Amino acid sequence: MRLGSGTFAACCVVIEVLGVALFLRGFFPTPVRSSSRTEHQAEPPAPEPSAGASSNWTKLPPPLFRKVVIMLIDGLRDDFVFGSKGVKFMPYTTYLVEKGASHSFVAEAKLPTVTMPRIKALMTGSLPGFIDVVRNLNSPALLEDNVITQAKAAGKRIIFYGDETWVKLFPRHFVEYDGTTSFFVSDYTEVDDNVTRHLDKVLKRGDWDVLILHYLGLDHIGHVSGPSSPLIGHKLREMDSILMKIHTSLLSEERETLVPNLLVLCGDHGMSETGGHGASSVEELNTALILISSAFERKPGDIRRPKHVQQTDLAATLAIGLGLPIPGSSVGSLLFPTVEGRPVREQLRFLHLNAVQLSKLLQENVPSYTKEPGFEQFKMSERLHGNWIRLYLEENNSEVLFNLGAKVRRQYLDALRTLSLSLSRQVAQYDIYSMLVGTVMVLEVLALLLLSIPQALSSEAELEVPLWSPVFSLLFYLMFLVLSALHVIVCTSAESSCYFCGLSWLTAGGVMALISALLCAVGSALAKMFADGKFLSKNPAHPKARWSELDVLILLGTMGHVLSLGASSFIEEEHQTWYFLINTLCLALCHEIYRNCFLRDDCEPQQCSHVEEGFVSPAPALQDRSIRCNMLEPHRVSKGPTSLDTLRGYEKWMVLASPWVILTCCRLLRSLNQTGVQWAHRPDLGHWLTSSDHKAELSVLAALSLIVIFALVQRRCSLTSKVAMALGLLGVYCYRAAIGNVLFPWQRDSKDISKGVIEARFVHVFVLGILFTGTKDLLKSQVIAADFTIKTVGLWEIYSGLVLLAALLFRPHNLPVLVFSLFIQTIMTKFIWKPLRHDAAEITIMHYWFGQAFFYFQGNSNSIATVDVSAGFVGLDTYMEVPAMFLTAFATFAGPVLWASHLVSFLSSETSGSALGHACFCYALICSFPVSAYIILVTSLRYHLFIWSVFSPKLLYEGMHILITAAICAFFTAMDQTNTKS
Amino acid sequence: MKDTDIKRLLYTHLLCIFSIILSIFIPTFFLENFSILETYLTWLCICSVFVTAINLVLYLVVKPNASSKRSSLSYKVTRFLKRCIYFLMSCFFFHVIFVLYGAPLIELVLETFLFAIILSTFTTVPCLCLLGPNIKARLRVFSRNGVTSIWENSLQITTISSFIGTWFGASPIPLDWERPWQVSPISCTLGATFGYVAGLVISPLWIYWNRKQLTYKNN
Repeated sequence: MRLGSGTFAACCVVIEVLGVALFLRGFFPTPVRSSSRTEHQAEPPAPEPSAGASSNWTKLPPPLFRKVVIMLIDGLRDDFVFGSKGVKFMPYTTYLVEKGASHSFVAEAKLPTVTMPRIKALMTGSLPGFIDVVRNLNSPALLEDNVITQAKAAGKRIIFYGDETWVKLFPRHFVEYDGTTSFFVSDYTEVDDNVTRHLDKVLKRGDWDVLILHYLGLDHIGHVSGPSSPLIGHKLREMDSILMKIHTSLLSEERETLVPNLLVLCGDHGMSETGGHGASSVEELNTALILISSAFERKPGDIRRPKHVQQTDLAATLAIGLGLPIPGSSVGSLLFPTVEGRPVREQLRFLHLNAVQLSKLLQENVPSYTKEPGFEQFKMSERLHGNWIRLYLEENNSEVLFNLGAKVRRQYLDALRTLSLSLSRQVAQYDIYSMLVGTVMVLEVLALLLLSIPQALSSEAELEVPLWSPVFSLLFYLMFLVLSALHVIVCTSAESSCYFCGLSWLTAGGVMALISALLCAVGSALAKMFADGKFLSKNPAHPKARWSELDVLILLGTMGHVLSLGASSFIEEEHQTWYFLINTLCLALCHEIYRNCFLRDDCEPQQCSHVEEGFVSPAPALQDRSIRCNMLEPHRVSKGPTSLDTLRGYEKWMVLASPWVILTCCRLLRSLNQTGVQWAHRPDLGHWLTSSDHKAELSVLAALSLIVIFALVQRRCSLTSKVAMALGLLGVYCYRAAIGNVLFPWQRDSKDISKGVIEARFVHVFVLGILFTGTKDLLKSQVIAADFTIKTVGLWEIYSGLVLLAALLFRPHNLPVLVFSLFIQTIMTKFIWKPLRHDAAEITIMHYWFGQAFFYFQGNSNSIATVDVSAGFVGLDTYMEVPAMFLTAFATFAGPVLWASHLVSFLSSETSGSALGHACFCYALICSFPVSAYIILVTSLRYHLFIWSVFSPKLLYEGMHILITAAICAFFTAMDQTNTKS
Repeated sequence: MKDTDIKRLLYTHLLCIFSIILSIFIPTFFLENFSILETYLTWLCICSVFVTAINLVLYLVVKPNASSKRSSLSYKVTRFLKRCIYFLMSCFFFHVIFVLYGAPLIELVLETFLFAIILSTFTTVPCLCLLGPNIKARLRVFSRNGVTSIWENSLQITTISSFIGTWFGASPIPLDWERPWQVSPISCTLGATFGYVAGLVISPLWIYWNRKQLTYKNN
């Protein structure tokens, strides 16, 4: 079957999107969570199982403790309490741990070891996955079921002092709070004094049930001077004295009320040997957890090592201790020592509640839950428990009762451990099988693209897709069978759940067939290439195609960029790579221009060689062996001498000056938005403009920018779209004025700030109008075959519609980015691409580079935090998912999209024939190259320290980028189709 | 004849490398706490002066291209002055390019300018010595098939390798190793120096290995 190279590339990218999606699904396991939110917590607690006999315990058990004080010390590593430091600096705590009525544990935190996710883990008992960060971009408040919300619902009064993250996570939950900001890391006394100063007052009062204290000082010391600094000792001593104060006060209160209280001392994460945290070293993961209460009996001389438990276990324990239902998505199991002192019936009741909650969570998250060992254990212990209750109610022999009780308890504890383990494995493990299948698909597509370069970039821009060749059909069926067998084997033997195995058999079979078909295609392409290679080696008169400096630069730049993705710093500062590359590109263009301008007279030999090439090349062009040469120089053949000498006077000077103008523009844009990580704090023009003192300047700049945008865009539009464009841009300014970003000259102060829905919709109407006109023109050009100009105008209208939409969505200080983008495109078109006659491949790659650079000029970076979510609300009254997602994606990727659409309109207006197909192919190739390389890199770096903070966001960006590339390629192909038809 | 030429080229290049090494070690005898990283501005000046001096001396001694017929003093002086102006211009030109590449405009002006000077020393000075103040000749040398002697060929190689060294010298700046030499102009300067030295080493070898294929118009 013969396909145009554009169509072929589009198909390839679509398959690649599927592969990347599968990979992403495997890489980001969905977090384990219960479907029931806190709102409808009406379901009654599970009644006590009783085989036959009726039990009267159907309600939640009453709380074990009257008051609970949670003292959370940020960065409290386990050896700060249990190690030599603890003995030295925390004498009271050490006494409690060794001899007092307490239970001490080493609680293991999960990744990422950063405060906010850890607070979530402590309070919900769930493991926040990375994808949560993206999902909760809008709402900082914790919506999941958690202990604090449950406590509030149960009418407990909660007081909080400390890190204000809590206040953001739990708004309106605390009857009294004082949040301290953790912004100034160098301050480690004030932050803690702000917490402690409330303590005396609060401890005397009796009007609260839960007191939460979050001390930040220790973590700050760690950040500043590391865990071995002498300051740590002082801080630990201070914490010890605070603990003593709280404990004595609680004890004295207990003497009056005779109901035990609970004091919890815990850390949220540890501290690495350099003092930081966030990664997965043992020092960062292990935190101290001590539960202190007079309810905990202890025989003298009972020395225990702190047991290793999970951090998530605290939520379930606190819920039981406070008499609350266990948070729905908690994966923790009750810390059993805390209830050891209770009667056996109560113990079993607590264990049962916990097991019921965990098994419910398992049912919701694992499709084949009945096969899980934990679930079977749970069912068995529930049956035993019922028997025990019957015996108990019948008041049987106490010895039998006791033995059976001990057995049930052991069963429950086993079941809990297994359940908790299998649930947390759901989150913690990569789904390697899905990742592998996705990677294989992506790599096969890339190989196919690479192998088909010579054909796809030949002058016909068509290629034979050898899917149905009979020789390979046997291989195809064999591959298909082998892969299906593998699939069955992997899926039946896999321990953890796997997304790809969860798919229906038909879908999985389809994917397998696709993979084997791709493999066959790659194989046949390879075979063909070898055959051609043999044919060519007999044919010695094969001319060596030349590489210009520009081609070398383009190739090396692409390679270098792909290689740089392996280093986390280069990902954080990827904008620098692109700025650097486009600067170098401009200088290379400059060199080319100057050489062409000044060395007209003495470059005779070069021209000769060009002409010679022109004569020889067409014959072996089809079987060209040197892939790269052909890829980069498909049009050299028809190129001939450049047309610089036809330019005269002013134009020539403009050509000479244009690279410098572009370089200056890029430098200006660079100082508009500082992005990345290392230099993000530097002052930039964007911040200066958005500060409220400079509103007038911003207004002038925005107005000017809009005018220039109009001037640059209108020249090739039809009259109607010119008018629409002008009105639309006016609407953009009105919208920005309405939401209070900019000022009208007659409006001195911004009083009434609205959401600007009407203005934004006004602009939306014009955007749609312009896009509609453009589409209409394109359709018309398809019907009236001869008229070529209509198509050009139509494409330009679509482009200008996108520009208008971008102008609406960009924040006003970013409008210059749009202006410069248009300006550079105009200059490049007029003075560089046309006179120098670059071929389609080179122009495509330059467009891609500039598109990438403009992505960062907009202020984007490779972290999720820089996504401008507000763009999703432009013109919408309420949050609507689909339009909001579309608008946000467009606003984020406006740079690449605008450059790509400019590429389409430029190529279809300037060149003819196969250029669009070539461009589409090159675009697909150059976009899929980094994605495929990055997927492999991420797979090999999946246990890297920065996998969650740096590599994962970049992976999401890449996934989004390939999706957008697929859309662009589809557009390309559509244009190419109309081209070939006309 | 060619072999002797290549030998001469090799010796001159070795001398240039020697001058750079001297510029690192000699100041330690005269200046206290001298090291490349800590007092690198001083080192830049010294290195630049050394390399310029050795280039001038070598040019006067070796005389790679046939000296011009006219040799009146005034002509020589104007030529020399012209070269100085060209050198300054190239310094400013490089400075502008560094700023375009993202060097801060206002801060670190001295550092950036010294960096521009040293890059000019590595690239423009040999060029001025060899080709004289002639832009067209420079453009010719730096385009494909434009060289006419092994001297020009070696000039091409050293210059390009200095530029490439500078270019790659900028790449460790974003990395988070937090080393003292990762600051903006230092790593580029070091890259330029390494590139220049590498070019000096490579060019005689490359010319020697390719001496059969190389045919120059004049030779």
